[in-house]
Amino acid sequence: MQFDLVSPERSLASMEATSVQIPGADGDMTVMADHAPTITTLRPGVLKVDANGTAHEFVVTGGFAEIGAQGISVLAERAVSRADITQEDMDAMFDEAQDNYTRAKDTFKNEPGPVDDAAKLLADMVAVGSEIGLSTKQPSL
Amino acid sequence: MPNLKDLKNRIESVKSTRKITKAMQMVAAAKLRRAQEAAEQSRPYAERFNAVMAGLSSAASGSDSAPKLLSGTGADQVHLLVVMTSERGLCGGFNTNIAKLARTHATKLQGEGKTVKILTVGKKGRDQLKRDFGDKFVGHIDMSEVKRMSYADAQGVAKDVLGRFDAGEFDVATIFFARFQNVVTQIPTAQQIIPFAVPEGYEASETLYDYEPDEEAILADLLPRAVATAIFSALLENGASEQGARMSAMDNATRNAGEMIDQLTVEYNRSRQAVITNELIEIISGAEAL
Repeated sequence: MQFDLVSPERSLASMEATSVQIPGADGDMTVMADHAPTITTLRPGVLKVDANGTAHEFVVTGGFAEIGAQGISVLAERAVSRADITQEDMDAMFDEAQDNYTRAKDTFKNEPGPVDDAAKLLADMVAVGSEIGLSTKQPSL
Repeated sequence: MPNLKDLKNRIESVKSTRKITKAMQMVAAAKLRRAQEAAEQSRPYAERFNAVMAGLSSAASGSDSAPKLLSGTGADQVHLLVVMTSERGLCGGFNTNIAKLARTHATKLQGEGKTVKILTVGKKGRDQLKRDFGDKFVGHIDMSEVKRMSYADAQGVAKDVLGRFDAGEFDVATIFFARFQNVVTQIPTAQQIIPFAVPEGYEASETLYDYEPDEEAILADLLPRAVATAIFSALLENGASEQGARMSAMDNATRNAGEMIDQLTVEYNRSRQAVITNELIEIISGAEAL
């Protein structure tokens, strides 16, 4: 199965994979060959690729994945290989989520929907940090 | 007859101008290659994104609950024109052509009784539109600090546009930029980004997809990204176009300087010969007089 990870600026990875675990918005899911065609949005999380025995991991902050007959394409606005991720990257991602939350809180005063969504993103961000062993700042909710 | 010394100085100055334009041309050529690479590398994302959007939007556009970014506000009274130009001049007709297209568009809309608002990205377009549409400006985004166009820059512009849309400041947004064809041709283009229109050449695929979460949630998530993606592609096209235009403008300037040097050199040699002839005549007639 073909696996492609592309960001708006360039293609980050393209390889033959046996299985790909993606952090879907409704929960993680593992995609193998002949998966039903699906389009899903991503939450911040870790993308795990098993390329014929070698494991690759990427930290993504959002975007979506398209699973088709040929394989899976993940379109992420920001994705960093787990091996290369630094505290700075983590902080930048966290700040973005925090910023997003603060703005949502200011814009939607009486609508809990978007604020809750942003809060969830922020919580996901913190969860990513603990999963890969990098500390994040304390979220201010 | 022009003084020999003056002519010589003139030739020297044109020569140094030629050196500068030649250097600028080479710099533009190097930058163009990089800009083209950047545009090429962004293509896989834009293509897949648009393909998915084509499928989603054709399914959702009929329903009443379609997001405003897709179906529009129901009016088309206020138009926002996002005019993207360069921060630097000396690139031929590049900025003028974009500004001209925006001006024609704005005048046409005003003729139809619509309200026009202009958001400028890049200094040169702002300067050119200031005289006719200065009172229509609602904002300006400065790109002079940007060395290499990144997606974050496009997101900045998109955030500004989306913020205005959410605040109900306009109904329709159109971006103006130059599409890169080749070094000598850049096509000034207007592209509507809000309400979302599927770019030409993309059709809903035959595959029936499962959506997770549901289609509407995905669409609501993707539409703001679509604005940023469209702006990012436009900025990259613009970047390549700018360098292409500068390269051919500087090539012309270098050639013109070369021609000028040739002419001046001919003039210089003639004057020099005339001076020598004059001196000879004086010497000979002086000798004959003795």
